[in-house]
Amino acid sequence: MYRFLIRRFVAAIITLLVVTLLVFILSRAQGDPRTIMMSDDTTQEEYDAWGVEFGLDKPLAVQYGIYLGKLLRGDFGKSVLQRAEVIELIWSRLPNSAQLAALALIFSIGVGVPLGIVAALDRGGMWDYLSRGFAVIGHSAPSFWTGLVFIYIFAVMLGWLPTSRKSGLDSMILPAVTLGWSAAGGQLRLVRSSMLEVMDTEYVKLARAKGLSQTAVIWKHAFKNALIAPLTYAGLTFAGLITGTIVVETVFAWPGLGLLAIWSVNNSDYPILQGVILIVTAVYVFTSLAVDLLYAVIDPRIRYS
Amino acid sequence: MSSLRRWPISSIIILGILVFMGVFAPIIAPYGASDMVLENRHVPPVFFGGSWDHILGTDPLGRDILSRLIYGARISLFVSAVALISGGVIGTVIGLVSGYAGGTTDEILMRIVDIKYSLPLILIALALALILGPSLELLLGLLAFLIWGGFARQVRGEVLLLKELDYVAMAKVSGASTFRILYRHIFPGVLNTVVVVATLQVGSVILAEASLSFLGAGVPPPTPTWGAMVSAGRLYLDIAWWDALIPGVAILLTVLAFTLLGDWLRDRVDPRLRQI
Repeated sequence: MYRFLIRRFVAAIITLLVVTLLVFILSRAQGDPRTIMMSDDTTQEEYDAWGVEFGLDKPLAVQYGIYLGKLLRGDFGKSVLQRAEVIELIWSRLPNSAQLAALALIFSIGVGVPLGIVAALDRGGMWDYLSRGFAVIGHSAPSFWTGLVFIYIFAVMLGWLPTSRKSGLDSMILPAVTLGWSAAGGQLRLVRSSMLEVMDTEYVKLARAKGLSQTAVIWKHAFKNALIAPLTYAGLTFAGLITGTIVVETVFAWPGLGLLAIWSVNNSDYPILQGVILIVTAVYVFTSLAVDLLYAVIDPRIRYS
Repeated sequence: MSSLRRWPISSIIILGILVFMGVFAPIIAPYGASDMVLENRHVPPVFFGGSWDHILGTDPLGRDILSRLIYGARISLFVSAVALISGGVIGTVIGLVSGYAGGTTDEILMRIVDIKYSLPLILIALALALILGPSLELLLGLLAFLIWGGFARQVRGEVLLLKELDYVAMAKVSGASTFRILYRHIFPGVLNTVVVVATLQVGSVILAEASLSFLGAGVPPPTPTWGAMVSAGRLYLDIAWWDALIPGVAILLTVLAFTLLGDWLRDRVDPRLRQI
């Protein structure tokens, strides 16, 4: 168990190092950062002083070391255009993305789990068919398109919900459903197959043979044991949803990390983009680490070697 | 899953139309992909008040949407095919080596696959597009990178089973080289898996290509891509919904067709792969 813990942790750190290295190489590939800061009256002395200040006079490996050191102290550099610390911009946007991802997760569980159970109980029937249709469309439709369809139907045509931007709770419904649909479909398929598997086991058959009511069999015996796989899936989905917000935020002008990333691309503000990349990777890596550990605790049958 | 035993007719029809559109684009498209008639902006589709001149309507620049969809099919198919072949070959080779070599090699290769899965690919694509500029080559590279891991994992799993079999041991005893064993004795055994994984991955590739085009990191304009069409049209959602929504239907149908075909193929060829 401890070996597994340590290995997972080391893997997480290596992933983060790979990303920092990638981001660092890209920032150097972009060219000398001083060229962006230069104006007409910049003197050679100032230019050289910046070189020393940024450590550009040192070998690349040392520069990378300095860069890592800064990151560890929470120094992500400054935005070129917004004249603000990147880390502050990120902190101001991260809660919005997290909120959206959390709502999408709630939607995916709230819809995926019940539909999965219904589909399993009505195997081969109409509900099963409809549920699987819901799942496969969620899996196949590009989220930017479903988002636009929702905006068109519920905001433009019916006028029930706001089109975009963050205002009240009603402005969160469409983005959350758009983001969560695919995950809800995945959840549904998993709960369905997991339920079918459990319903086929000896102890559920015994419970039936004892003459327990259908409800008791489903809730007390089948459901609890069918829940392990979906639980893990929910954790992993959350990590995936954080990345998924990028596209959905663009569609709904949702002021999160994704929109910030797109803004930085459109304005060639690389420091912001690299900050977002690092934070998103960190969130992803540590969420999946937490899920793995939780999984090992919840289900003692899993013994990682 | 009993219904999946039947041939996936709808998938085959959709994909047939798609391939036909892609191959014969210049012949069947009623207009050129970039023919602009500015007076004809936002003409609605024929059943929504438009005319038969532009069956699916026109976009904000007065270009025929159907023609752009047909040319867009070409790009989607080409990009997916190249990405799938390159990603598939790289992934399969890594999976073969990893599974057959075992030990430290296997460990290192599989940890690299894990790392690949933790990278926020869309953000990295945006960074690369920002610094290198968006291009077809970059897009192909990114998409190949997106999918090789899936091939590597599945193939490795298969190889672990196959390499224990007697006929592989016999080949080894009879002095066959490692390359020959991998190529002549193990690869044919994993070929089914590779085909199934490839079919299941086409959908992800097309979705990723569409998302990157939508975000501006795909094939640069004026090449018509479905994702970029949705992106350009979304500003006019309130006055001309067809600009954005019709290209999205093309993406949905294509991915749907490949997904259903992949599911069917998997159940038919190798039900053990059901977990992917």
